[in-house]
Amino acid sequence: MARLIRTEKEVEGNFEEVWLVVEEDPLQQWPAGPLDVVGRPAVRKDARERVRGEARYTADIQLPGMLHAAVLRSPHAHARVRSIDLAPALALPGVHGAVGPGEAPGLEREAGYVGAPVAAVAAETFGQARAALASIRIEWEQLEAVLDPEQAVERVAVHGEAERYERGDFDRAVAEADVVVDGTYRTQVVLHNSMETHQSVCEWVGDRLDVHTSTQYVWGVRNEVARELGLSPDRVRVACEYMGGGFGSKNSAGEYTFVAAVLARATGRPVRCALTRREENVAAGNRNATIQRLTAAARSDGTIVALGGEYVNALGWGGWSASTEGPLKMLYACDNVRTVRHTAKINTPPMKAFRAPGFVEGTFGLECLIDRLAAALDIDPLELRRKNYASSNDGTPFSSKNLRQCYERAEKHWERRHDVRARSDARWKRGVGMASQIWYGGGGPPSYAWTRVGSDGRLAVVTAMQDIGTGTRTAMAQIAAEEFGIALDRVEVMLGDTSRGPFATLSAGSSTTPSMGPAVRAAAADAKRQVLEIAAQRYDLEERVLDIRGGRIESADGNLSVAVEEFLDLLGNVQILGKGARGPNPTGMSVLTFGVHVVEAAVDVETGEVDVERVAAIHDVGRIVNPLGAESQVEGGVIQGIGHTLSEARLMDAETGRILTTTLDAYRMPTIADVPEIVCEFVDEPDQHLTSLGSKGLGEPPIVPIAAAIANAIRDATGADVHELPISREEMLRALREARERERISGIR
Amino acid sequence: MPELRLTVNGGEHVLDAPVGASLAEVLREQLGLTGTKIACNEGHCGACTVQLDGVPVLSCITLAHAVEGAVTTIEGLREHPLIEAFIRADAVQCGFCTPGQVVSAAALVAAAPEPSAEQIRHAMAGNICRCGTYPKIEEAILHWRD
Repeated sequence: MARLIRTEKEVEGNFEEVWLVVEEDPLQQWPAGPLDVVGRPAVRKDARERVRGEARYTADIQLPGMLHAAVLRSPHAHARVRSIDLAPALALPGVHGAVGPGEAPGLEREAGYVGAPVAAVAAETFGQARAALASIRIEWEQLEAVLDPEQAVERVAVHGEAERYERGDFDRAVAEADVVVDGTYRTQVVLHNSMETHQSVCEWVGDRLDVHTSTQYVWGVRNEVARELGLSPDRVRVACEYMGGGFGSKNSAGEYTFVAAVLARATGRPVRCALTRREENVAAGNRNATIQRLTAAARSDGTIVALGGEYVNALGWGGWSASTEGPLKMLYACDNVRTVRHTAKINTPPMKAFRAPGFVEGTFGLECLIDRLAAALDIDPLELRRKNYASSNDGTPFSSKNLRQCYERAEKHWERRHDVRARSDARWKRGVGMASQIWYGGGGPPSYAWTRVGSDGRLAVVTAMQDIGTGTRTAMAQIAAEEFGIALDRVEVMLGDTSRGPFATLSAGSSTTPSMGPAVRAAAADAKRQVLEIAAQRYDLEERVLDIRGGRIESADGNLSVAVEEFLDLLGNVQILGKGARGPNPTGMSVLTFGVHVVEAAVDVETGEVDVERVAAIHDVGRIVNPLGAESQVEGGVIQGIGHTLSEARLMDAETGRILTTTLDAYRMPTIADVPEIVCEFVDEPDQHLTSLGSKGLGEPPIVPIAAAIANAIRDATGADVHELPISREEMLRALREARERERISGIR
Repeated sequence: MPELRLTVNGGEHVLDAPVGASLAEVLREQLGLTGTKIACNEGHCGACTVQLDGVPVLSCITLAHAVEGAVTTIEGLREHPLIEAFIRADAVQCGFCTPGQVVSAAALVAAAPEPSAEQIRHAMAGNICRCGTYPKIEEAILHWRD
């Protein structure tokens, strides 16, 4: 039965009180461990078409008569369009339409950063459209730009009030502590740089709009486009069958979608609007920079008594302020905590969610500081973490937490440190570091799936979700196959199109599997129940003695055993239609994911080069649906995290706000040659309080602890404390000089 | 537009293409061979890799009219054992870079049928994968004939 509840909904660590209609999910959880299909490695359902280059991405959509749009972007960090004349552009060969500020959502008169979209032109070719931009006559009124985040906070150029949090008595705890350490940590702006740039192709069919777009949320884009363009949502169809990466940057429609839709309406032709790679590096979102002033205090026995943090999120012109302080508040048992987070509004490109926003940055600062605290206390870093284990989230129980098992499994990797250190020589110093991981990833309602079984006995799952490259199709097919009782290759998952399934949530916040998995399971169970209902009548047996196992309908006494397709052959064109919905999250519980990384790193003390040699990543995300896909997620997160830690930085000219790194040559992402040995382990214990599946999400957790684990390995190898990401050679050499200086002074004493 | 003669995956094509057209554009837009992806369009990422007489080249920075020799795209490698190897190893996430990875890998295994991890890392370093499928790519190429 449907039930109306008032609940807290979490997306990417953001909480919101909402009314929700939820359907109870009456299914019992499966037993722990590998089942027939779930919990066993499965190759991707869509691997073949992706590998063979047959999968059609938004970038591959070519419609008859399609025009190409190019976007005019602000050359100024802060300016207002005084006047604009599109006529010269419209007069050029091949040009069919143009829009200026206010004529499409996202094109605005006030430009808040270099690269802000202002106008757009549609032409027969992209080259013609881009050339036409140069002839648009535009007069700018330059406004004052604020580019320094600390200056912005001083001048109260901020997004919203500062976020303040306090529990216990922080000041007193620090005053009474035996050991206090503090430090300032800085993290840089990093870019998603998905291989497929942000883009949409829009086509009007009568008064309906078809949108092909590279997105993490087909349903969300549908609603956003309908709202902005004043259409009924069912007149907007959004499709994204294959998607070339998002990492949080493609959760909403974006100006490129509106530009394509408006120009398509104006020209009567389909229009593609695709960002170039250089635009992608400027105006497609980013993980914002942070400044973190942190304090940790402990008694000499290693009990952490106080944790404090003053944070600045250097957000840019737009976006939202992620909870950088989250790990500091939740990772350890600590009675006295005080945090404040300022959100600087500066004239730089807007932030967008990027794989565990806030927690990646906050974990770097916190977990580096915890290792310094361990050193000051002369306690083993693993021991210190265990000693301050949080058994509740400040009084709220966890739905499940197996971080202790993660630490246990980390021991054998941690033990290697003696051997690793011994492999150091005069120039290359080697060490081992660790960091813990906490993040959300519980998903939530609503989300729905339909199932369909025909006379061939095959099961189709239909839902308006999307597979952004994480293996969602496969995981959902595994869950449906397991529940229905048939082989994985007899299940198809149809997704990526708002016109062919019910609402499904966005693929972000590590929420797809925990949100959609239970809905798919419920839909498969509904279909199975109906099949057994019919079988009971056909064979004159009670429904409760029947089950489907291994693709056969069987009676408990073994007298009946018939292949599903053989039985359903009697249906003809009759179809069995099932439906399922995501049930509620457990009330009064914190649903979180946990893990620990142990990193082995080498530092060239002469040049400051850092080489990550081995990463052991141990994660607790409840039940693992597809161990093969899960391992790929972890490896991918670790590798992206190594990039963030060592080489990636979006550089900006501090005077003008121009982005200096606009190519994949300048913005240095990891290549295959940069990859260390990666060992993945999962605790794989279903969360008994979370849905009929017991699974949490895994997209984000693996990128959370890696930076701190690398920094702590560097500290173990050299005694140097890095305070900034990326750990460039300059930063590494600075930290080494500082460490030598510290040693010299303590030697004098 | 000047005439362009191209040999692609064993087939002869006579096309009209602007002087400045890249090989990637011609393959994708005129021949409909969209397996070749354009991700950066300036020769930095490897997604557009095709083979020219068996040698991997970046088709996004290759002028179509300058091409001499036989072009092989992912569409011409669909039956290559590497396809199954990539599938088995889960060497694909979003998949946008994957056809380019396969084309580069096919050139590698043609030259070195039993490549070492070192050779793989050297030959494949020009193909960026933002999802980070690299360990699986290495595994797929190491075991491409299994």
